[in-house]
Amino acid sequence: MHIMEGFLPVKHAIGWGLASAPFLVYGFKKLSDEMKKDSANRLMLGSAAGFTFILSSLKIPSVTGSCSHPTGTALGAIVFGPGIGFVIGFVVLLFQALLLAHGGLTTIGANTFSMAIVGSLVAYSIFKVGKQLGCNLKVTVFLAACLADLATYCTTSLQLAFAFPDPVSGFVGALVKFMGIFAVTQIPLAISEGLLTVLVLNLLGQHAPDSLKTVLPYTTKEARS
Amino acid sequence: MKIQNIILIIAVIALAITPLLIIKPASDGTELFAGADGQAETLITEIRPDYTPWFAPLWEPPSGEIESLLFALQAAIGSGLLFYTIGFFRGRKKAAAVK
Repeated sequence: MHIMEGFLPVKHAIGWGLASAPFLVYGFKKLSDEMKKDSANRLMLGSAAGFTFILSSLKIPSVTGSCSHPTGTALGAIVFGPGIGFVIGFVVLLFQALLLAHGGLTTIGANTFSMAIVGSLVAYSIFKVGKQLGCNLKVTVFLAACLADLATYCTTSLQLAFAFPDPVSGFVGALVKFMGIFAVTQIPLAISEGLLTVLVLNLLGQHAPDSLKTVLPYTTKEARS
Repeated sequence: MKIQNIILIIAVIALAITPLLIIKPASDGTELFAGADGQAETLITEIRPDYTPWFAPLWEPPSGEIESLLFALQAAIGSGLLFYTIGFFRGRKKAAAVK
């Protein structure tokens, strides 16, 4: 989902930067609120960021014969709300843009929008709705993480088709081509991301502080048994 | 819970290994398991052959080795944060149980 450095026209680069900015301002405000809470909460924040660092560094082979990577933004968004997901995703993208020449500074607005913002919002909404409806919480976490991952890659495809419409088949034609590269490759990876998010919440939940137990009630029930 | 976690880990490993087993190298010699980000870059230059990137990365890893070093570093930092936290809470809960 990384749009490479310089690979978005100037207007698009600026536009996506402006679109992402207010979300990041909100996210950093949320982060400073969370940092004021106890040290257990700060550790949980660190673990959510760590999970995103790990997952977005793993390039995994897919059935299309190409490689892509999961995003890992759902965990932070589920546990702390979407604002924290925005910030974590942005920090990871900045690290990769500066040190790995993966993504870039001119495209960080667009990449933040797809991975950090859309990913977190999708994960958070699905989790909220599933929990409200009383669905199995593990299945809900799986779906939230899996669909957030897919939504990120669909957003990247939309962004690229918008910037580079096909000369013959136009926006839709370009979208189909970019989706062919990103979305199809991503399906097995999105499933992996969903499974790994459930796994990490199982591990954290077994011993977690009370703050996590209010978000994920299943952890208390199982810890007792 | 433990069995469920083991099943989850096996499923993730199976999902990653399956493509390696079922995809055969293409006869036209195209690179197998190339990155999707790079493929998108190629597609952009196909759609708009006249497009030239207007900004270059400030710094690029000088070789593939250095790049993999930095990716490994990214994963290592992440693992450190995640598993320190899991270990910390586990230990704290055990200590509380002893008291």
